[in-house]
Amino acid sequence: MSAVLDTHDHDHHGPAKGLMRWVYTTNHKDIGTLYLWFSFLMFLVGGCMAMVIRAELFQPGMQIVAPEFFNQMTTMHGLIMVFGAVMPAFVGLANWLVPMMIGAPDMALPRMNNLSFWILPFAFTMLLSTLLMEGGAPNFGWTFYAPLSTTYAPDSVTFFIFGVHIMGASSIMGAINVIATILNMRAPGMTLMKMPLFVWTWLITAYLLIAVMPVLAGVVTMMLMDIHFGTSFFSAAGGGDPVLFQHVFWFFGHPEVYIMILPAFGVVSQIIPTFSRKPLFGYTSMVYATASIAFLSFIVWAHHMFTVGMPLAGELFFMYATMLIAVPTGVKVFNWVTTMFRGSLTFETPMLFAVSFVVLFTIGGFSGLMLAIAPADFQYHDTYFVVAHFHYVLVPGAIFGIMAAVYYWLPKWCGNMYNESLGKLHFWLSFVGMNLAFFPMHFVGLAGMPRRIPDYALQFADFNQISSIGAFMFGATQLLFLYIVINTIRSGKPATAQVWESAEGLEWTIPSPAPYHTFSTPPDVK
Amino acid sequence: MPLRTMPWFRLVLGTLLLSSSSAWAEWTVNMTPGVTAISREIYSLHMIIFWICVVIGVVVFGVMFWSVFAHRKSKGAKAAQFHESTTVELVWTTIPFVILIAMAIPATKTLVKIYDSKESVVDVKVTGYQWKWRYDYLNDGFGFFSNLTTAQDEIYNKAPKGEHYLLEVDEPLVVPVNTKVRFLITANDVIHSWWVPAIAVKKDAIPGFVNESWTIIEEPGVYRGQCAELCGKDHGFMPIVVVAKEQADYDVWVAERKAAASAEAGLKDKVWTEEELMVRGEKTYATFCSACHGAEGNGIPPAFPALKGSQIALGDKSAHIDLVINGKAGTAMAAFGSQLSEVDLAAVITYERNAWGNDTGDVIQPVDIANFKAAQ
Amino acid sequence: MKNMPNQTSNKVILKLVAVVFGMFGFGFALVPLYDVICDITGLNGKTGGRYEITEALEVDQARWITVQFTTSNNAEMPWEFKPKEAMVKVRPGEINQVYFVATNTTNHRMSAQAVPSLSPFAAAEFFNKTECFCFNQQTLEAGESIDMPLRFFVAKDIPERMSKLTLSYTLFNLPALAAN
Repeated sequence: MSAVLDTHDHDHHGPAKGLMRWVYTTNHKDIGTLYLWFSFLMFLVGGCMAMVIRAELFQPGMQIVAPEFFNQMTTMHGLIMVFGAVMPAFVGLANWLVPMMIGAPDMALPRMNNLSFWILPFAFTMLLSTLLMEGGAPNFGWTFYAPLSTTYAPDSVTFFIFGVHIMGASSIMGAINVIATILNMRAPGMTLMKMPLFVWTWLITAYLLIAVMPVLAGVVTMMLMDIHFGTSFFSAAGGGDPVLFQHVFWFFGHPEVYIMILPAFGVVSQIIPTFSRKPLFGYTSMVYATASIAFLSFIVWAHHMFTVGMPLAGELFFMYATMLIAVPTGVKVFNWVTTMFRGSLTFETPMLFAVSFVVLFTIGGFSGLMLAIAPADFQYHDTYFVVAHFHYVLVPGAIFGIMAAVYYWLPKWCGNMYNESLGKLHFWLSFVGMNLAFFPMHFVGLAGMPRRIPDYALQFADFNQISSIGAFMFGATQLLFLYIVINTIRSGKPATAQVWESAEGLEWTIPSPAPYHTFSTPPDVK
Repeated sequence: MPLRTMPWFRLVLGTLLLSSSSAWAEWTVNMTPGVTAISREIYSLHMIIFWICVVIGVVVFGVMFWSVFAHRKSKGAKAAQFHESTTVELVWTTIPFVILIAMAIPATKTLVKIYDSKESVVDVKVTGYQWKWRYDYLNDGFGFFSNLTTAQDEIYNKAPKGEHYLLEVDEPLVVPVNTKVRFLITANDVIHSWWVPAIAVKKDAIPGFVNESWTIIEEPGVYRGQCAELCGKDHGFMPIVVVAKEQADYDVWVAERKAAASAEAGLKDKVWTEEELMVRGEKTYATFCSACHGAEGNGIPPAFPALKGSQIALGDKSAHIDLVINGKAGTAMAAFGSQLSEVDLAAVITYERNAWGNDTGDVIQPVDIANFKAAQ
Repeated sequence: MKNMPNQTSNKVILKLVAVVFGMFGFGFALVPLYDVICDITGLNGKTGGRYEITEALEVDQARWITVQFTTSNNAEMPWEFKPKEAMVKVRPGEINQVYFVATNTTNHRMSAQAVPSLSPFAAAEFFNKTECFCFNQQTLEAGESIDMPLRFFVAKDIPERMSKLTLSYTLFNLPALAAN
């Protein structure tokens, strides 16, 4: 593999000066940086909302906010985290890493890349501004079921719909860019089965995005029509059906949660081999397992609707299909463990996050398997058991995946090493905080506490208090993360090109920090 | 990374907690087995799947933690280089698949039982409203609303919280034991969900559609549940209480309710004193109005106006009656004309016009309400 | 610059954009698809439109089906709306007629739509209405009251296990219609 040290491309003079550089940039590294900072900001905003929620739930009784505002907090927390933190963070990682990993100079459509990013701050400013509107922000849950979100919605619902359209457009454009880049711009010799797994998982995620984001656009358009143009998609009065909303929404919604985890699978598949000093076990199997998960994700949507009144055949089908997803997911977990087995392990911060991902995501997977059992789900549905499940797959799943990626690749992005002791501290505080916050939710859910309530019966008090303490701890720790990142960029120790002893991949063959333009001449991949 | 890794210990701790359920009852860490054959089957399913997950977790995490301990570079471990094996992949694809089939069989059996269609004896229509439930006994021709009775003062930390905080109602659903009771579940406005953990019934209440569920309760007792679908502001404040009685006691109760329904009809013709109306009105107000308009009539403006010193409560009587009976379109003020009897309407309007210093001296009789409705 | 988007890249992009629009259309296609599936299978308890009787109906003298009637008013619908009979026992194949009474108790004209829902849902395909007030919107002047008929029969091939059906009507307010 020829090292590419082509930092003197005659067409460019390095990045533009000043703030306008960021507005006009078409450089995948700059855009990756924009996405990552934007998502970090949204993570903190969504996190503040979580702090409000947990503060109110610290004790029984209404102490801090009114029930109507609490519903706005739960709704906005979900929307901001899903659409503002997790998804843009993964797009940011894709932008930074995919071109470098395949030996491409940039994304296929650099100007569309810029547009994909810049419509997001606009959309989220609009969405957050609904908190100040009369009638308040959206208060119908991030899943916005009709008719609560149509006939009974506050006026801000129209801005919510507009915001969702914009975010969807951003995701779709980003996905098109990723697919075009991966399919057409790989360096010679990099066949599909030689690509790093992170690139594979993003390729598959991008296909999921273009398949289902338009369906989300469809469902919010139907809402818009019901609210403003007198149609009755979701109203029985006009021959419609509120349950239709749920079917169309979850047809998007279930693949969406796989969109939020597949890139994290890719990240972990890069990190564990490096710190085990051993190749990833079962590369081919991992690719097929990821593709299987993506296919299966299209036929399980109604497991979110087991109590809606489906016929027996429907419930059985969705139960079986959902249980089936455990097979490829299990295969991936076994492959990660086998990668570590008889390796030569060290536990730098990225590896801490990656290993805890495997353990805690799997725990989330177990509660998911329990939820798949339709008759048992009658007792779990819409309780804190579900909240526990998805926070286990999203927080130590997606979020720890993102944090692992940041620690792992930040030295390549900015040229400096982060402080290892601080990184480990951030990890342990996050780990403890997260488990304190979300493990007790399994218990209160099983004991009978429903979701989305601002106040609860006395028997749920003790675990809720523990949960709130854990949440405060987790939240505060992310400020440490912010400090670590800023400190690394400004004054960390310089990093080498290789950074990590046995990291493999094209991105480690170029200097740290990565030059503004890389692989203007494609490398030869053996 | 030392062996005190939390997930491992949590698994052990969790296992201990769940297995000695009686000792840890007050910590309530697990689902209730409930009081019906179906609820017990669901509980067993839940426990079986849980234990299978625990075993798989112990094995998989065990291998990993062993690696973390024994294959550390700092211990001198040298990395092997094996990186694929089709056989191994086939084995660990097939074994989980077989385990899943083993899980699916009892799950299917239980689900099929839940879809049982033997004819019921008692039929109750359950309607979800924002934010209360209504129960109509289809075979006996009476019905009533069931409202949360926890006082606003308890919720807002001005009074100590009672034992059944947020899980108590004025009129519980009463059913006989050992009898198939069928629930026909629908909603008045948005989607709600009717859930009682002890009988393992949870069914969405969808406006315009009627869902069906059933139960056969085996033990007399009081069983509490909550609304399980976000339905607006007071989603957390519309509980469900089911009282299961022996057949004989149930029959007595039905007879009493039927008699009360006819008696209530008579009450609306009598002339009430102001004091009687204020007493009844205060109760009605607390149940139906205080959640939005406040225990002291202060409301939460602008969405929920104050009644104390308000133009409506101090002004024209007909306008006040109209607003309570017909609600105000486009706001959260529902039309209580269909939810409250003439007696309760008269009492609550009288109360609002005289409480908190409003002191209009106006007295509205149930017959005034009836006349107003007729003249509409 | 080498490696920039080329012909192949453009073809891929065009195909992907086509998929995007296709999936948007698919989302909307789910609407009629859902209706068709529910119509054919009666899966959500919707009992369908007017049933035209094309051949003489045979009555199954050997069994009775209990049909309960119940009514609900949706929010913002204050009419009185009740079935005249709470329950009838019918034979499969036998045509029956029952009445519902609706009274507009307000002081202005209103229009309403009654929406039926049959429980258990699986029985909906066996429940046939030859005449129903739910086929049309109903407009009543202030204070007006009407008796509304429902003519129906339960299909002879209704499974043995379905012996009690509950037909529920929800009455919805149609302000747009009344205004015209």
